[in-house]
Amino acid sequence: MTDTAHIRNFAIIAHIDHGKSTLADRLIQQCGGVTARELKEQMLDTMELERERGITIKAQTVRLMYTAKDGQTYQLNLMDTPGHVDFTYEVSRSLAACEGSLLVVDASQGVEAQTLANAYLAIDANHEIIPVLNKIDLPAAEPERVKAQIEEVVGLDAEHAIAVSAKTGRGIDEVLEALVTRLPPPKGDAAAPLKAMLVDSWYDSYLGVIILVRVHDGVLKKGMKVRMLSTGAVHQVDSVGVFTPKRTVVDALTPGEVGFITASIKHVAETNVGDTIADDRRPCAAPLPGFKPSVPVVFCGLFPVDANDYPELRESLAKLRLNDSSFQYEPETSAALGFGFRCGFLGLLHLEIVQERLSREFDLDLLTTAPSVVYRVHMTDGEVRHIHNPADWPDSVRISSIEEPWIKANILVPDEFLGAVLSLCQERRGEQIELTYVGGRAMAVYRLPLNEVVFDFYDRLKSVSRGYASFDYHLEGYTTGDLVKVSILVNAEPVDALSMIVHRSQAEHRGRAICARLKDLIPRQLFKIPLQAAIGGKVIARETISAMRKDVTAKCYGGDVSRKRKLLDKQKEGKKRMRQFGSVEIPQSAFIEALRIGED
Amino acid sequence: MHDPSPADGLAVYVHWPFCKAKCPYCDFNSHVRAGVDQGRWRAALLAEIDHYATETKGRVVTSVFFGGGTPSLMPTETAAAAIGRIRDRWDMAPDAEITLEANPTSSEAAKFEALHAAGVNRLSLGVQALDDSDLAFLGREHSAREALDAVAAAQHAVPRSSFDLIYARPGQTASRWADELGRALELAHGHISLYQLTIERGTPFFAAHRDGGFAVPDDDLAATLFEQTQAAMDAAGMPAYEISNHAAPGEESRHNLTYWRGGDYVGIGPGAHGRLTVDGAPVATEQAPAPETWLAAVEAKGHGTRRRETLAPDLRARERVMTALRLSAGLDRAEFETLSGLPLDAVIDAAALARLVEAGYVKTDNRVLRATAEGRLRLNAVVAALLA
Repeated sequence: MTDTAHIRNFAIIAHIDHGKSTLADRLIQQCGGVTARELKEQMLDTMELERERGITIKAQTVRLMYTAKDGQTYQLNLMDTPGHVDFTYEVSRSLAACEGSLLVVDASQGVEAQTLANAYLAIDANHEIIPVLNKIDLPAAEPERVKAQIEEVVGLDAEHAIAVSAKTGRGIDEVLEALVTRLPPPKGDAAAPLKAMLVDSWYDSYLGVIILVRVHDGVLKKGMKVRMLSTGAVHQVDSVGVFTPKRTVVDALTPGEVGFITASIKHVAETNVGDTIADDRRPCAAPLPGFKPSVPVVFCGLFPVDANDYPELRESLAKLRLNDSSFQYEPETSAALGFGFRCGFLGLLHLEIVQERLSREFDLDLLTTAPSVVYRVHMTDGEVRHIHNPADWPDSVRISSIEEPWIKANILVPDEFLGAVLSLCQERRGEQIELTYVGGRAMAVYRLPLNEVVFDFYDRLKSVSRGYASFDYHLEGYTTGDLVKVSILVNAEPVDALSMIVHRSQAEHRGRAICARLKDLIPRQLFKIPLQAAIGGKVIARETISAMRKDVTAKCYGGDVSRKRKLLDKQKEGKKRMRQFGSVEIPQSAFIEALRIGED
Repeated sequence: MHDPSPADGLAVYVHWPFCKAKCPYCDFNSHVRAGVDQGRWRAALLAEIDHYATETKGRVVTSVFFGGGTPSLMPTETAAAAIGRIRDRWDMAPDAEITLEANPTSSEAAKFEALHAAGVNRLSLGVQALDDSDLAFLGREHSAREALDAVAAAQHAVPRSSFDLIYARPGQTASRWADELGRALELAHGHISLYQLTIERGTPFFAAHRDGGFAVPDDDLAATLFEQTQAAMDAAGMPAYEISNHAAPGEESRHNLTYWRGGDYVGIGPGAHGRLTVDGAPVATEQAPAPETWLAAVEAKGHGTRRRETLAPDLRARERVMTALRLSAGLDRAEFETLSGLPLDAVIDAAALARLVEAGYVKTDNRVLRATAEGRLRLNAVVAALLA
């Protein structure tokens, strides 16, 4: 058993691209964990997508053995946390498994929105935080300015910030030494009943679900029967081990240690992040604080562009869910788009990740309907409905009031783009809470309705700030709002896939935009086609596609017949992809394009 | 004009694939060759006539059409030999129409009398424009003056003649077209084909147009020009009997009517298509398009057929709907059912028909289904809806 005095548990937190993974790789290498080649193959951020986007979806851990200047050997458990706002809860659980953090800041870019958000989470977790200025080798590095920012914006003492270059290896020794000398050792009682936190879990096709744990009290051993306190489920532990980063079996995990267990669990959905793992025969008195079940906050429809891909989509979603229990799905049918699924996600990025994995790993061409948040609809009869699908929106006469989720957002942006960012927030019904200037940069804190954020807010923010603004948020709660369902009618018939729930003040503008977009996308036909946006029976925007003037082939003689008939045969085949709206047929591709453009 | 049902007659198409130069708008099967072995070509055409005559024994040939390419470049003896061979192998209707396409150059006009002597009784001239700069743009090798002379020569040499014009050209205004069409009408003898310029994939015009080298009238202007053309031709007593073909009553191209009414036709020569009824089933034939490939195939095995396919009856029926609606007279239900062995209602979509009738694009009764003037202007969409 390792004496807790020789254990240090730490997380690395950073804004995206500030060098978190490279620093982690360096620390592992320095402690002799792996060779450079192995590093690349099996180290943190193992998923291709994670590597490419610099986003960690699953928490990972590595046990490093480090011999410090005091001559003692320490067990350093590095916790790599999921790196995005959508996974705030998961991040908070990973941080709860550690006593301290390395706050990595790019010495040329300075503090960004996620630096701040993660630092606050670490402060909430009572961490000892060691600021690390990375990329110090870059000519553009300004360590003194960035130190000042850390002090002014984050409010941390940066005097003893360590200057490093994860790329060249400079400062790595100092970081390791600081972990030993500046972070507190974990606390725990080996004799007490087992109390361990479920930090994260993932699916392995050979071993079943692998659970990442942090032991607080007691000892976790192979063969034990453990109980998940949130569900009461009991499992027998098949194996106990640690990552070095290779998966290595050990006899036991003792207080303060971080490692994994397997227990013949088939579905990740049976394990809840933040749950307390106890000894079934001698359960601990109380669970660890802070457990929350994960709840999707953003929903959208996912439809295969090719209807034949539906069974494959269903299977792929099931496979993804094996490893990601935080997203939900259920079958949905759309008149315009056919069969698909209504899916729920932790946030927009989570949505994007799932969508990208579906297209990349399963080779599916998918269509996403406009993302929606969950509204609390108070009915006149007192019932409260949670609605995220415009198709389920009740008739307005039966609604007494509606609440929508709001977020608190931190936006960091260079001064020159501040005006544009502020007007964007204003446009999106934002309420300014705070505005601070720090050396050429401004930090704006806003309350914003989440439904305005899921509608292209990131993209607009990026475009008005030329990519320089950074953004982070957390959910604040529900507030009453004047929300309406806008239906889009083609030839007087509603197109379910295009209807949306928006604030009344945005309804006309958004409805007009969709009608205009459809006007460009739907080819002229034999009949004129009215396009309308309506709230209930009231039309708020209108466009008309006039009938085509001319569509006739000049020549058709004996040699042209085969080709032209085959063209007709193909059109007939393509009719499967047409959707009938009264007397007109609209190619499904028009709706697909309308939704795709909306994504831009 | 005697108007036999196409069920009785057989049309024979002969393709001459060579041109002096390739026009930049043309996507027909035409080729420029330095030298053509006339003897071999004549023998091959005759051999393929023999081949198809054996296959359609007992049919009565009601029309022959030499198309191209530029058939007026063909030696007169070759045309004479082909006509002679067709007369030998099939029964020829006494009033059979024998048309040859010609370029309106002076050298070709000089052959018109000889072609008449060879049996050609109708000439169709590719005048295309009556404006020299537009002729140059279209890549034509003749002047407007030369074309006018050739038309006169044709009218003198053979009993019936026609010429083609291409309109909706870049920059063409309604008034300029009215003027040009007026001059054409002074010249026309009973038949004229008026095609709107179409930018076909794979032609030099396609790339030039795509890359912004020139623009053609948009759909609105093209529709206006089309309607103006119909009005002018109605007034001149040569109404449209087909989308792009206008004739005084009785002067319609009998050969082309066979295509549009869905009758049988034999296709001879490189790239020629045919539609035959063999043992009661519709058969589509297609000859090898490359001249050398076709020639070698005929010399080796007596024909250059590269594809021969028995069509499902409803496919041939769909073709008939597609082509017959190009005619102002529309589709004759009884004739359609005789040819196809299927009732028309089995082929067209009843709901679509009702909508098209209501919108004024189509008219129908128990005798005829026809597209109205508005319907013919949008015929591709009308047909697509009916056959969906």
